[in-house]
Amino acid sequence: MDFDLSDEQKMLAEQARGLLAERTPYDHLRKLIDGGAEWDEALWRELGAMGFLGANIPEAHGGLGMTELDLGVISQELGRANAAVPFFSSIVLAADAIRLAGSAAQQAEWLPKLASGEVVACFASAEGPGPVLGPGTVLAQGKLTGTKQPVADAGIASLAVVQVGEGLALVRLDQPGVTRTRLDSFDQLRAHYRIDFAGAEAEAMPGQGVLPTLLDRAAVQAAFEAVGGSEACLQMGLGYVKDRQMFGRPLASYQAIKHKLADVAVGIELAKSNAYFGGWAAEASPADLPAAAAAARLTAIKAFELAARENLQVHGGIGYTFEANCHFYYRRERMLAVIVGNRGYWANRLLNAQPGAQGKAA
Amino acid sequence: MDFNDTPAEAAFRAEAQSWLAAHAPAHEMPVGIKLEDTDEAARGRAWMRELYNGGWSGLTFPKALGGRGLSGIEAVIFAEEEGKYHLPKGPFTSIGTGMALPVIAKHGTDEQRARFIEPTLKGDLTWCQLFSEPAAGSDLAALRTKAVRADDGSGDWIINGQKVWSSWAHLTDWGILVVRTDPTVPKHKGLTFFVVDMKTPGIETRPIRQISGMKEFNETFLTDVRIPDANRLGAVGEGWACCMTVLMGERLGSGAHRSGVEPLLDLAARTPAGDGSTMLDDKALRLALADALAEEQGERFFQARLRTMVSKGENPGALAGMIKLAYAGRQQKVLGLGMELRGLDAIAADPADSFTPDLQYDYIYSTVMRIAGGADEVLRNQIAERVLGMPGEVRMDKDIPFEQLK
Repeated sequence: MDFDLSDEQKMLAEQARGLLAERTPYDHLRKLIDGGAEWDEALWRELGAMGFLGANIPEAHGGLGMTELDLGVISQELGRANAAVPFFSSIVLAADAIRLAGSAAQQAEWLPKLASGEVVACFASAEGPGPVLGPGTVLAQGKLTGTKQPVADAGIASLAVVQVGEGLALVRLDQPGVTRTRLDSFDQLRAHYRIDFAGAEAEAMPGQGVLPTLLDRAAVQAAFEAVGGSEACLQMGLGYVKDRQMFGRPLASYQAIKHKLADVAVGIELAKSNAYFGGWAAEASPADLPAAAAAARLTAIKAFELAARENLQVHGGIGYTFEANCHFYYRRERMLAVIVGNRGYWANRLLNAQPGAQGKAA
Repeated sequence: MDFNDTPAEAAFRAEAQSWLAAHAPAHEMPVGIKLEDTDEAARGRAWMRELYNGGWSGLTFPKALGGRGLSGIEAVIFAEEEGKYHLPKGPFTSIGTGMALPVIAKHGTDEQRARFIEPTLKGDLTWCQLFSEPAAGSDLAALRTKAVRADDGSGDWIINGQKVWSSWAHLTDWGILVVRTDPTVPKHKGLTFFVVDMKTPGIETRPIRQISGMKEFNETFLTDVRIPDANRLGAVGEGWACCMTVLMGERLGSGAHRSGVEPLLDLAARTPAGDGSTMLDDKALRLALADALAEEQGERFFQARLRTMVSKGENPGALAGMIKLAYAGRQQKVLGLGMELRGLDAIAADPADSFTPDLQYDYIYSTVMRIAGGADEVLRNQIAERVLGMPGEVRMDKDIPFEQLK
C-alpha cells in the first residue's frame, strides 16, 4: 500500500500553486470584482497553455491523459487560490460529461477545444430552487425547450452541456433560440446566468445513465477544491492570530483559538484523506466510487464550512471588510456546498452504497 | 498512490490469513456472554502464547530482541487480519506489548531486555501502567508518589504513594511505574522510571467502582514498597523521557478500530419507525449516520496516509493525535445517536435483547476514550502547537522546584 501522492503529483501541485500564487493574488481578485469581470481570462489562457486544463482528457483528444487524482491536485490548488476560472464547469463537468456520454464524433469535436481552453463549456442542470438535476427541460426533434438557472460561467461559454431528464444534450449558446441573462452571483468570482432555451438546436449525447457517475466524479473534484480552500483559510487564520496581539499576548496563544483551529485542521485532514481515496477509486476501483465520492463530499463540505467561518471569526471585525481576504472563501464555500447536490443527496448516496439491509433507500 | 497490497504485502497477508485460519478460531471469545476478568486475562495469555509459538508476536520488534523485525505495514496487515476474529485482546496484554516493551527496549539495559522482553512476548508476563495519580492526570509530571533510597546501603528504593486508573493491575504480573525521586528540582526533572513486580509487599490494588458498573480500573496504593535498583529503567531523574516513549506508543496505538457506525445502520434497519418504515428511513438520522460514516472513512484513509509516512521513515508525530481526537468524539456522538434511534427501549430493553446492553455500555465507555491516552483538550493543544506552530500554553510551574509548588 502506498497512500500518498506520487512525486510527480507533488510536483504538479507545486507548479500549479506557484503559478496561481503569482498570477492571482488577493488584490487581483478584488480588482476582478471591482471591474465587474466575468472571469480571469488571462489566467485561463495560461492554464490552457500549460496543459492543466487537459490534464485528465485522453491524449487522443489533445489532453494529457492523466488520472482523476492528478486532476484533483489541480482542483485543490485552484480552490486554494480561489481562482476566477470556469475549470469546474468546463473541465470537471462538461468535458467529463462528453467523455462519459458523448459519441465518438462529439468527443472528437469538443474535447480538444475544451482541453486547450479555446472553448469554454458550462454545465446546465438546476432549474431554480430544489435539486441539482432539474425536471422541466424538454428535448424533442433536436429542439430544446426550458429554463436552466443558475448556470455558472454561461456568459463566457460557447457550449452548454444540458441535463435533460436522465440524459445529456449539447447546445451551442450562440444561436437565436438561446437567451442568457446574468444573475447576481453570491460567489463574486464566478458569474451565474439564467439560460432560456426556446426551441434551441440541441444534440443529444448517446450515453445513458451516466449522471450519477458524472456527479460522483465531480464530487471528488469539488472535495479537492474545498480542501484547497480550507487549507488557505487555515493558513490565513493562523497568520493573523500569530501576528495579532491581544491583552499583551498573541491571539494565537489563547486556548479558545488554538482549539478552534486544531478542529479545523482535523477536519481538513479527514476530508483530504477521503478526497485522495475518491481520486484513486475513480480510476482504480469504480465500484468503490459512489461511497468514496459521497464520503469525500460530506467531509469536505464540513471542513470548508468550518474553515471559512472560523477564519473570518478569528479575524474579528477586520474579517468583515472587503479589504481583508476572508470573504472570498466565505462565499466560495457556500457555492461548493451546493454545487453537485446537497448533503441529503450525498448522505443517501453513501448509505445506499453500504452492503446488505443497510443499503435500503429512504 | 496504490491502495492495494504490493505483491510482497499480499503474500504476507495470505500467510497471516492461513495461519490465523488454523489457529485463531479456537481462541475466539464467546459472543454475548460477559466473562470473568480472570478468565479473560487467562485467554489473553493463551493467545499471546499461540502468537509467540507461531512467530507472530513482536512483529515490528528487532530480531535481536526476539521480534520479527518487520515493517509497520506488515504489523498493520496482521492486525487487520487478526481483527476479523473475536480474540481476547485487551489492556491485560496490550499494555505489555504496546507500552512496557517499547520502553524497556529503548531505555533498558541488556539484562533488563533479556529478563522481560521474551517472557512478555510469550504471554508469561503481563503488565499494568502505574502512571496517573489522583492529582496527576493530563498533567502527569505533577505526580507525587515518591521514591527514596533505602538507608541500608543496598541501593534499593522505597516507594510511597498512590496510583490510579491502573487497568488490570489486580491481574497483571508487573507494572511500569514513574515516581518522584527529587522534589528539589522542577517537576519534569525529578522523575525516575521503574518496573515493579506487582506481588511485592506493600502494593495493594483496590478496584474502582466505575460508572459503567465494571471495575477493570484500579487504584494502587504503594506503602514502603522496596524496589531493587536493578529494576530502574534509565538514569535517575530521566523518568520523563521514558514516559514520553510510553505515551507516544499509546497515541499511535489508539487509532485502529472496527467501524462503530455500520452496526448502527443495521440497528436502524431493525427498528420500526411507526408508519411501516424503519428508522433507517428517518431523514434526520440518515444525515447524521452518513456524516459519521463519512468521517469514519476519512479516519481510515488518514490512518493509511500516516502508515505510508511511517513506511517511508517519516514520523507522523502529533498528526496521529488527530485520529484519536476525531474517533473519540465521534464515537460518543454516534453511540448516543444509536440509543436515540431505539427510542425509550434504549433505556430498558427486553432481557432477550443482547444488543442494547452493549450499546448502553459502549455509550458509557465512550467517555473513557475522550479522556484516556490524551484527553481531547490535550490533543487539541498538541495539534495547535506541534502541527500548526501556535504558542505553547502558559506554564506557571515550569522552572519552580516541585516542592515549592502550591
